[in-house]
Amino acid sequence: MSEHHKDIDQPTGVETTGHEWDGIKELNNPLPRWWLYIWYGTIAFSIGYMVVMPAIPALPGLGTNTRGLAGQSDRIAVAEQVESLRAQRSASGSALLTASLEEIETDRELQQFAMASGESAFGDNCATCHGAGGRGAKGYPTLADDAWLWSGTLEGIQYTLQHGIRHEEDPETRFSLMPAFGRDRLLERQQIDDVVNHVLSLSGREVDEAASSRGADIFAAQCASCHGANGTGDRTVGAPNLTDDIWVFGGEYRDVYNTVYNARNAHMPAWGERLDEATIKSLAVYVHSLGGGE
Amino acid sequence: MVSAFLCVFAVLAILIAGNAADNLMGVHALLFFSAIIAWLVGIALWAGKLGDRNPFDETQYEDTLVKFGVAAAMFWGLAGLLVGVLIACQLTWPNLFYVEELGWTNFGRLRPLHTSAVIFAFGGNVLLATSFYVVQRTTRARLFGGMWPWFVFWGYQLFIVIAATGYLMGITQSKEYAEPEWYADLWLTIVWVAYLIIFLGTLWKRKEPHIYVANWFYLSFIVTIAMLHIVNNLSLPVSLGSSKSYQLFAGVQDALTQWWYGHNAVGFFLTTGFLAIMYYFIPKRVDRPVYSYRLSIVHFWSLIFIYIWAGPHHLHYTALPQWAQTLGMTFSIMLWMPSWGGMINGVMTLSGAWDKLRTDPVVRMMVVSLAFYGMSTFEGPLMSVRAVNSLSHYTEWGIGHVHSGALGWVGFISFGALYCLTQWLYKRKSLYSMALVEWHFWLATIGIVFYIVSMWFAGIMEGLMWRAYNDFGFLEYSFVETVEAKHISYIIRMVGGLLYLSGAVIMSYNLIRTAMGHERINQPADATPVSKPPAAAELQPAE
Repeated sequence: MSEHHKDIDQPTGVETTGHEWDGIKELNNPLPRWWLYIWYGTIAFSIGYMVVMPAIPALPGLGTNTRGLAGQSDRIAVAEQVESLRAQRSASGSALLTASLEEIETDRELQQFAMASGESAFGDNCATCHGAGGRGAKGYPTLADDAWLWSGTLEGIQYTLQHGIRHEEDPETRFSLMPAFGRDRLLERQQIDDVVNHVLSLSGREVDEAASSRGADIFAAQCASCHGANGTGDRTVGAPNLTDDIWVFGGEYRDVYNTVYNARNAHMPAWGERLDEATIKSLAVYVHSLGGGE
Repeated sequence: MVSAFLCVFAVLAILIAGNAADNLMGVHALLFFSAIIAWLVGIALWAGKLGDRNPFDETQYEDTLVKFGVAAAMFWGLAGLLVGVLIACQLTWPNLFYVEELGWTNFGRLRPLHTSAVIFAFGGNVLLATSFYVVQRTTRARLFGGMWPWFVFWGYQLFIVIAATGYLMGITQSKEYAEPEWYADLWLTIVWVAYLIIFLGTLWKRKEPHIYVANWFYLSFIVTIAMLHIVNNLSLPVSLGSSKSYQLFAGVQDALTQWWYGHNAVGFFLTTGFLAIMYYFIPKRVDRPVYSYRLSIVHFWSLIFIYIWAGPHHLHYTALPQWAQTLGMTFSIMLWMPSWGGMINGVMTLSGAWDKLRTDPVVRMMVVSLAFYGMSTFEGPLMSVRAVNSLSHYTEWGIGHVHSGALGWVGFISFGALYCLTQWLYKRKSLYSMALVEWHFWLATIGIVFYIVSMWFAGIMEGLMWRAYNDFGFLEYSFVETVEAKHISYIIRMVGGLLYLSGAVIMSYNLIRTAMGHERINQPADATPVSKPPAAAELQPAE
């Protein structure tokens, strides 16, 4: 407590400061040297960094902040990186623009480039709905099989990508409308039940035979114009094949009933509005390669 | 007087409840009103039982309040960790807890519930309890302000309940770690100012000539949090009956204010506050003097001066002007040694009592907390370097970094303090079971290692995947592929969290049994009572 009697801590032999709180004393150890020198080092580094990099802000009316000796700037650096990436892509990218889709598929180098570009674009734009690798999800067709709604050819896929499906802002979009047979009172519930039984029977499912045969007449009158007399579909209007047991919106009785009652009429954006031509072509090549390309 | 003050708020609350512009505000105003009525009833019952006893006897420490704080910390700690494990499961198996009809089960609402519960509810109650305990002991004075400390305690709990129920109902101002809306913020401001006055008042009437270092740290925590809280929450409510408000700042100014707040919440809530705990509980528990008075001065002032500038490192490579990024980065680097000053001072306080690391698991817990503190305060400056940040930012590495600090440093030093406080407040010779402390220590340590290693792995992996280009100059991986790649790390992280939670459950059981006065007879033979002086033979002279 006093300046006269030095209080020495027994185990360490170090003098205390003489203060004590609730039994806690403090040793009078110096700052650890290594600690101090590393700290000085970090301060020296920081000062150096501030000289080299943009650091000191401008005061109002006094020009801009300090630019730093290195002349480094994030904006310039990003612009350079984007430019170099463009340059790397442009050689093959411009070839993509002039080549036809068939030429791209047969030219090994172009095909590899288109696949790389297509895969990348697919992951960021398409996989959200169609799943990684085009595996599909309920409401979103599988792209890796050979069941196509509109077209499975290179040109057809390109057209779908470019103009979308039921994308009303694009006059060339792929368009068709299935009526909501239940909601719009075109059919009674009993009739819908009959026709659903018939539709399920087309893919060999076990159904109520009596209902199915009643449904066959309704099918011929209401559905066959688009889905075909045998239910094999019509790609010109995007009407699915009902005999292959592949269902975009589910093949359970409830799902199909719901489809007939409310209609689905799914939508896909016209990617031509968002992606450049080379990317659309690459995507067509990529999707075509997933498993069912025609 | 506290009650009269609260009556004003009760009237306000009922007025707002009557004029609420939305249901949510109505619910909160009624909750507020009920809480104040509960307070008034509680006070009346308590005063009736008082008899002749002076409840504010200046010769006695106010320890009942500290006991309440310990219990609250334990409760909120368990709740916060439980929600943490839950949301870790949600990230791992997104469909498992997804109930479309129940909005509050959504990750987006449960995540702030977790962060606020562990930081503000658990951490905040630990800080309230320990600061009230430490400031009394180190000033040899009873808490200043009579009933007001109780107002601070219950007012803070009310804030927590308002904030937590708000998150679940979907009330948020969308600022990370500052989600509660304007009325909750105003209430917290009142509570916090009362806290500051109580703390300053107790220091003012101290019977010691000097102010102990722990109290400098507590004071810097209370003062700075007040400043951060007020500035970052400046906003204009849509109306007095509306739960929605709009921020004063916009765009990059708002972002910078937010991260000035966010980073200093780490600096002044989770660092200086818990360093204060370290400065009292470690020397007290090991019965040794603090290693260096000079180091405590230098690292205290350098820490608080430098920390406040480091926030911009959260906004590297954004719209924030580059000179401000330079500022954030350089101050973060200069912060490395001031942070380590606290670690050195804490660990070296064990000089002459190293054996306690082996014999007292509570001491070991607190020293390991300093090791985690040292590790994350090295990692932090490293991650603030722009080149490193360009890889680590937005990845799981950040989550891992936060949790090595939160679980390792804040959690362990808090658990150490809770073990000490329970034993000392209830005047027990020992804890109920030292073996259970060992279990707690090992489960939690392994849990932390699982957590941070899996997050390092996931973070660096996804950072590299995001920036990978193929030979043709296109991105190698889509975003969803990087998410898929983290699945296994997420499972390991969840297991780590579960281990940590199990440790906390064991602690709670141990603390409750200790408070009840139970003691397991088969204590490990080498468990050392706190007061036993170190054996002279084992000591080494300095140098």
